[in-house]
Parts: sequence; structure tokens; C-alpha cells
Amino acid sequence: MVKFLIASVTALAALIGVAGPAQAAGGGDVKLVSGEWSFAGPFGYFDKGAMQRGFQVYREVCAGCHGVEYLAFRNLADLGYNDAEIKAIAAEYEVMDGPDDDGEMFMRAARPADLIPSPYRNDNEARANNNGALPPDLSLITKARANGADYLYSLLLGYEDAPASTEVPDGMYYNNAYSGHLIAMPQPIYGDDVEYADGTPTTPESLAADVTHFLMWAAEPKMEVRKRIGVAAVFFLSIFLIMSYMAKRRVWAELH
Amino acid sequence: MSAEKFSNPVVRWIDHRLPVFSMLDHEKYDYPVPKNLNYFWNFGVLAGLALVIMIVTGIVLAMNYTAHVDHAFSSVERIMRDVNHGWLIRYIHMNAASFFFIVVYIHIFRGLYYGSYKAPRELLWMLGVVIFLLMMATAFMGYVLPWGQMSFWGATVITNLFSAIPIVGESIVTFLWGGFSVDNPTLNRFFSLHYLMPFVIAGVVVLHIVALHRFGSNNPIGIDAKGPQDTISFHPYYTIKDMVGIAMFLLLLAVAVFFFPNAMGHPDNYIPANPMQTPAHIVPEWYFLPFYAILRAVPDKLGGVLLMFAAIFVLFILPWLDRSPVRSARFRPVFRIFFWLLFIDCIALGYLGGKPAEGVYVVLSRIATVWYFLHFLVILPMLSVFETTKPLPKSISEPVLATAKGAA
Repeated sequence: MVKFLIASVTALAALIGVAGPAQAAGGGDVKLVSGEWSFAGPFGYFDKGAMQRGFQVYREVCAGCHGVEYLAFRNLADLGYNDAEIKAIAAEYEVMDGPDDDGEMFMRAARPADLIPSPYRNDNEARANNNGALPPDLSLITKARANGADYLYSLLLGYEDAPASTEVPDGMYYNNAYSGHLIAMPQPIYGDDVEYADGTPTTPESLAADVTHFLMWAAEPKMEVRKRIGVAAVFFLSIFLIMSYMAKRRVWAELH
Repeated sequence: MSAEKFSNPVVRWIDHRLPVFSMLDHEKYDYPVPKNLNYFWNFGVLAGLALVIMIVTGIVLAMNYTAHVDHAFSSVERIMRDVNHGWLIRYIHMNAASFFFIVVYIHIFRGLYYGSYKAPRELLWMLGVVIFLLMMATAFMGYVLPWGQMSFWGATVITNLFSAIPIVGESIVTFLWGGFSVDNPTLNRFFSLHYLMPFVIAGVVVLHIVALHRFGSNNPIGIDAKGPQDTISFHPYYTIKDMVGIAMFLLLLAVAVFFFPNAMGHPDNYIPANPMQTPAHIVPEWYFLPFYAILRAVPDKLGGVLLMFAAIFVLFILPWLDRSPVRSARFRPVFRIFFWLLFIDCIALGYLGGKPAEGVYVVLSRIATVWYFLHFLVILPMLSVFETTKPLPKSISEPVLATAKGAA
């Protein structure tokens, strides 16, 4: 059993030790602040209130430039909206459909089954409207960056005056969380950018935390069910391991 | 082997015509296994289990995947979001790939430590190296399929290695790509081959097992079984012992799949492939990092490629590099020290492969690379001559009984 434990620990060490450096992308001396996330840890869950507020921040602050191309309106049920509310939200958007019987494409109000429309038709239009910079799609942003949630939160709050040694070119901004510090996105959040219906204070921190919460869900919508199954699976397999080991001891005892 | 030993008449009827039950019986009860195998002998079975998990989840993923540069990335997202339990199947496939390599690396180091590659098991060992090579090719092509940034740039870097070959290099790369850059034809052929290779691996695994059963397992003492007192039947003793290993394997896999599903991947692979934008650091999957470090340790491209392949080729000829008649490191005190140095060296290479190729990392990579080859090409042949080994026990049962008395 000792050998076996050593083997298992070796496997785990290989898993953690070698996975570490592969993660270390991104650049230099960036400062990350760590948020307190309800979705962290083995029992993590998404806070519906935070996600609804975050969705509101996304719509009113981010959506002008950034899409969430893998999200459909029907997915908003995870945020706690009912069917009627989702229909109403979808109806506020227009999507292209067709061709109709005359062969023409036409615009119609969005339905729950539609994907949430992105602000630009293509990357070229996005660049043309943003000084040549491409605002990335946000549906996977928290998984596409190391320490995604903390990174995004830090980035949103990371705007500050550049140190004297750094020259900030026109159309660029200084951000202490961004790799290289010069970012093309102007500061999106100042505080009080939106008005929350539930009376939650609209400090920059709470706005950044809420939109991060929403985007974490957008990137990993199955996280809650994954962790729920995970707890059960680990519990079951632990029992299975103990029973296997006891059975092994019993069988081998006959040998001596 | 008579059919009478089965009480079930249907089994008896079938076995008389198609002796599959006799065959299973033979492997279960008549195949002698040394009685002193430790838990490191679980890893062969675990590798087999990993292969089965990969094939089953892979087949289901292939039903929902689209091998086209415009749709591959979004079809994977579709699997993650809309396919029933698609996220689970994909995360199992992703993480079991890493676990497959962890298990196989432990399996290989087990063989190195206990001298399992020595006569008469040279072909068994070499077939294992073939499986390892096939696994690397399969895993590399599988990593390309989601068509994220690391998929694309990893494929570009690795396939470009072949351009280092003089004269025909460029043509080979064009042939691999099916065009003049990594593009849709590349993705299509990689998908086709990624689906094919696991079955080739399964075929070589069968040969690996046939070769294994010719002389049976090696064991921690490294001396041959001298008779029935040294062996036990595979079932129930090793089936139950393997089950403990399987339970542990599944438990650790579950922890990774359900709680750290992306820890062994790279965040950049959640960015769709973009041929116009190179990531800051292109790194392969973690299990290729030691070889990647060797590749980059050499300033010359062709030299690096040759050395990287040589790092695997030395494993092929290992049975003839280490001529010591003693198999197990337990009785080779000096070899044992060098074994652990090699182990540390490989971990170091893995670490260095994940670091940018600059400054002190390059120097360290070169030292570690030199040590790797020194171990196989100089130290092992010299140890075979100069090392004084400890006296071997007379038989397997002798020390087993001795420790059993001491420990019980």
C-alpha cells in the first residue's frame, strides 16, 4: 500500500507540477486582485442575482463593442429568468432571417432560440469602428485567460495613470493588469455606469464583479452541474476505493 | 483444456466450437504471475483502461464534431453547451489523455527501475516504445482538432520541424499539410488519422500482451519464477489488486474532470485559431515538454529534431545498452542512484520545456539534455561492466516469506 501511495502521489505531483508552467502565459509584472467568487471551490455555485446584474452591465456597457456569440437567449434561463422574461428580452433585439418566399433576407424580432446578436457583422467592421483594434468575443474570455475571473476583474479595475517612464500612444490606455500594460480598450467602468433595479450599490468593484460573474457563467455554463456530479462521483469512488482495498486484503490474506 | 469444466450447458456448447471461455480461463487461472508484484505493476492495466476510455469518449465526440476550419471551434463549443452531457464527455477525453500519459510514464519508469526491458523481454519493451510513439502522434493530432490558438500554432511548429530534413524537407511538410500552410486539408487528415491511430495502438497492445505472456511479468526482485511456489494465478489475486489501482485512477481522474478540467490545458486554446496572430509563447501539451526542451536545447534546427527523435530511439536500443545481468535496481546500488538522477533530469526537462527559450533556461536545458543521453549512452554501458551488484535471492518465495514474517 505504501508503494501504491507513492505511485499515486507521483502521479498527482506530475499532474500539478507540470501543469503549472504551462499555465504561466501572459506577461511580466501584472497585478491581479482576487475577487471572492461564489463559483470557486468544489461546492461553487453561480449567484443568480450577480449574473442578472452582470448581464445588465454587459448589455449597457460591454455590448456596444463585444459579442457573446455562443450564448442564445434561451440560455438566460440559467440566470433565473422565466420563459416570458426571456421572450421579452429577446424581442428587444433584431436578427436577420430568411430568405423568404421572394428570396429576400429580412429582419425580425429575436426569439429565445436565437443566438444573442454580436455588435458587428464581422471582424473587419469591428476593427474599422475601434481604431483598428478587435474587441474579442466574450463568451469564453474567462477560460481563454490564465486565472480568468481574477484576471478580468483586475483588468476592469486596472486603469490608472501611466508612470512617467511609460509613454502612452494615442488611442491606447494604461492598465496594470494587462500584459504589456498598454491596452486599446478605454476604461469601461467608472462606477454608477448602470442603475441596478435591486438597489445593489454600483461601485466600480461591484459592477466589475457582477459582469465577471456573468461572463464566468457564459464561458462555463455547466459548471454547477459539473461540480454537483463531481462531489457525488468522488464520494462514490472513495467508497469504491476503500472497498476494493479491503477486498484485496481479504483475498490476499488467504495466500499466507 | 476440456469443455467439461464449465457447468453452464450454453457455455459448454459454445466453448466446444469456439474455445473463448477456455482461453479466458487459461489467462485467468493457468497463467502464472510472480507472487511479489507491487502496485507499480498496476500501470499496464491502467494504461489499457485509459485507452478504452479514450476510444469510447472519442467515438461519441466524433459524432458531434465538425472537421472544418470554420466550424471546428464552434462545434466543440456546441458539444460543451448543447450536446447532452457533452461537456462531461469532452472533459473526460481531455483529461484522460493527460492521465494516459501520466500512467504510461510511470509504467516506463517502472520498467527502467526493475530492468523489465532485459532478456528475454526486449521485444516486449520495444513494442511498448512503439505504443508510446503512436500515442504521441495521436495526442498531437487530437490537440489540433479543437482548432484553438495552441492547436493551430502547435501544429504549425511541430509539422515545420520536418522542413529541417535536407532536400526533401519542404516537400514533406507540404505533403503533411496537404497545402502550403496548416489549413483545412491539414485539419481533415489529422481528424482522419486521429480516429485511426487508437485502433493501431490497440493492435500493438495485443502484440505487447502476447509478448508479455510468453515469459510472464518481470517482478520487483527481477529474478525468474523457479516454480509454482513463486507464482499465483492472475485471478483472483491480481484482478482484485488491479481493481484497487483502477479505483484510485478513476478517483483522481474524477477530481481532475469535475474540479480542474482545464488545469492541464492551455487557456489560449479557448481562443479560436488565428493564422494572423502568433501567441506570445507556443507550448505543446505538458506531456511533450521534456522532448520540446531537448528540441530547443540545440541551436541547429535539424540537430534539435534529430536529437529529439534520438531521445526516443535510445529507448529502443536500451536492452543492448544496459548489459548488466541483474534486472532489478534493488540489487544495483549505483544504478539506483543514476535512475533517480535520470528521473529528476526528465522532470527538469519537462519544466524547462514550458519556459521561454532564453537566458538561463537554455543553459539548463542543454545540461539536462546532455545528461539524458549520457545516462543511456555512457553511464548504463559502463555500469554494466563496473558495478558490483548485491547478491540475488535464491528464489522469489524466499524473500517474500522473509518479509511476510517480518511485516505480518
